[in-house]
Amino acid sequence: MFVREYLLGNAAIARGLLEAGVGLVAGYPGTPSSEIIETLVDLNSERSLHVEWSVNEKVALEVAAGASWTGSRAAVTMKHVGLNVAADAFMTLAYLGVGAGLVVICADDPYCHSSQNEQDSRRYAQFAGIPCLDPKNPGEAKEMAAFAFELSEKFNIPVMLRPTTRVSHARANVEIGPDEAHRRQGKFIKNPARRVALPTHARPLHSELLAKQAAMEEALESAPWNRLALRGKVGIIASGIAGLYAEEVIFELDEDISFLCIGAYPLPKRLISRMLSHVSRVLVIEELEPVVEEQVQILARIANPNVEILGKEGFIPREGELDYFLVRNAIARMLGKAERQALQNPAVSILPPRPPSLCAGCSHRATYYAMRKVFGKKAIYPSDIGCYTMAVNMGTVDTCLCMGASITLASGIRFGGETEGICCSLGDSTFLHGGMTGLLNAAYNKARITVTILDNSTTAMTGHQPNPGTGMTATGEATVQVSIEALARALGAGMVETVDPYHMDETIESFQRAKEYPGLSVIIARQPCVIKARRSGARRKPFQVSEDCIGCKICLDFGCPAIEFERDMARINALCTGCGVCAAICPSSAIQEVAR
Amino acid sequence: MRTSECDMVIAGVGGQGVILISDVIGRAAVMAGKPVCGAETHGMAQRGGSVINHTRIGCRFSPMVALGGADVLVALEPGEALRFAHFLSPAGVALVNTRPVLPSTVTCGIADYPPLPEILAPLKAQCSKVLAMDATALAEKAGTAQAMNVVMLGALARYIPLSEELIVQALSLVVPPRFLEVNKKAFALGKAEVE
Ligand code: SF4
Ligand code: SF4
Repeated sequence: MFVREYLLGNAAIARGLLEAGVGLVAGYPGTPSSEIIETLVDLNSERSLHVEWSVNEKVALEVAAGASWTGSRAAVTMKHVGLNVAADAFMTLAYLGVGAGLVVICADDPYCHSSQNEQDSRRYAQFAGIPCLDPKNPGEAKEMAAFAFELSEKFNIPVMLRPTTRVSHARANVEIGPDEAHRRQGKFIKNPARRVALPTHARPLHSELLAKQAAMEEALESAPWNRLALRGKVGIIASGIAGLYAEEVIFELDEDISFLCIGAYPLPKRLISRMLSHVSRVLVIEELEPVVEEQVQILARIANPNVEILGKEGFIPREGELDYFLVRNAIARMLGKAERQALQNPAVSILPPRPPSLCAGCSHRATYYAMRKVFGKKAIYPSDIGCYTMAVNMGTVDTCLCMGASITLASGIRFGGETEGICCSLGDSTFLHGGMTGLLNAAYNKARITVTILDNSTTAMTGHQPNPGTGMTATGEATVQVSIEALARALGAGMVETVDPYHMDETIESFQRAKEYPGLSVIIARQPCVIKARRSGARRKPFQVSEDCIGCKICLDFGCPAIEFERDMARINALCTGCGVCAAICPSSAIQEVAR
Repeated sequence: MRTSECDMVIAGVGGQGVILISDVIGRAAVMAGKPVCGAETHGMAQRGGSVINHTRIGCRFSPMVALGGADVLVALEPGEALRFAHFLSPAGVALVNTRPVLPSTVTCGIADYPPLPEILAPLKAQCSKVLAMDATALAEKAGTAQAMNVVMLGALARYIPLSEELIVQALSLVVPPRFLEVNKKAFALGKAEVE
């Protein structure tokens, strides 16, 4: 039975995986990919498939590869930068191949809505020599998720599914069907020539990988997502969601334009060549990198050397995301028609900015406050990736590079000759993801730094997923709760202390000891994320400001969104979660718990 | 040529329930057998930041409303109405909750929040009609301030090509049963406000 539902792109992908009979899905949370696994957890109440939040993306991909080699269809989910972490496994898996189908779902984020860069994963697929499916909407993403397994099995190769933010976080009416019985065959068949990447095995496997390319191209040439409609002498080639924008513009302008829509890579060279021989001018529209355009340039030399190729050069930006407006103007320019003026909204200038900020009562703010008080303005504060990066205006976030880099950058800054205090910070999930090796390295190479683990017992930024420090799996089962203190000691930290950042005095004292410590010190600042705490039913009494307030604004500078300033006095609004930190900071003891 | 039957932009502040409105409309459109699509904000922008959602009824194209193309702008906060006003078509309608949510830049005293008339005047210049209401007060009247987004949904119902029955049916699928009565009340109050 098929029904239509209004589904988020990521939920549609999850449905596609289930309908293909996936047996294992592993991933690490990352916007815009996280809801795929969250949806599977919700839909998998009978626990018929194995779903996990892995410790990081490399781990996730390797777990998925193991399941695939054991005959179970497997998928792995991550955001684009996660693929950098998984790249080691990713590149060689293309040689070794799969058992049952293996799908790498890698969600790109053009415009960096929630990311530190906007890399184009189609390049990665090209680099590894594996097929890539580039959906334009949730419905297509679902169909592709299921098709990817067949493709993977047919060519004995991992397949990438690459939604972008506007697909993963789009919603659309999607047709959903019944789940396939999950294929969990459960037998690992030994085959060293295909599973052991020794040089003697890798050489022939590389040749095999290269030899597969033509056959994969041939097979994808007729994939339903590569569509060619030859009409007028002007053409458009568009990929992924850019295809939707282009279709909308062509429909709206009602022009006689030839159109090639691309959704599967390796690119359909024959379709492209047919387009090129038919038209005299072609515009290539794709987000980010000129992956299609470069191929078009090469193919044109044979198909039609006189064709005029327009694209990244002056028509389509290579950074940020496209939209209807940009695409419309590019097409209008190509046709020599009037472009639309970009609509201005000058009145916006009267509005106060509304940046995202740490929640009222977020313990990171308290930890950073104490850290800054002890280490001072001159100290260096490498930070990392998580909610706490939003505290950049507190002066305690001097760097943010990639998951776990706070500790390693701090070490390098010390070894580079910096003599000021160095106190870096990263969250519990980030520490477990990519910080542990850095801590080990810092201990081994004797870095004199302080590492602060902001332990809010969740992966907050991406929507509060559990991690190995929480004692709970993705599916909500109880499991071993890893001790971060024990880990830090085992990795070689000389001083390890745990504080409750809501207790300001204790936290400041602990930072003082860390600052004076002549080696590698670790402070674990532990207090659950307020959103997580509220969801699990924790309630604290709110605080209020009494008549004793002298209007010094010290609490205001602390930056809690629950503290306002009105008629020369501070005031606490309904957002207060009762952490009590502002009361500890107030020099006139004017902030007290509301008595009940 | 129009590429959708009705384009709307729903704006607000993270946590106000913008996504619920689009979810209800999307479900109602599916029940009505219409193609529907939308795009929403997750992640970074959610922590008290500006949130914008695009929803397009009767549309087979991209999930995003073109600048200058929205038939309706629903704003759960007045400043956010103005922030996204350039999405409105000149013939469009803006439905605005007049209750401000002060951003941290204002509570910290580094920026000022403009008075309501200064927000509504430029908004009026962008479209054909602005309907402003204290939806938060109406929601409180219905039983809880939390239902403010449903008050706005009630107001919106008049401006979209979907029957009220379907919208309320979709609403009952989205809100927990114990809150359904309050939400129905909130919906009715919002609807009455624009009648
Ligand atoms: S979600 Fe949690 S960790 Fe993130 S800012 Fe809010 S309280 Fe802090
Ligand atoms: S107690 Fe103070 S710092 Fe904590 S949430 Fe309330 S107002 Fe903010």
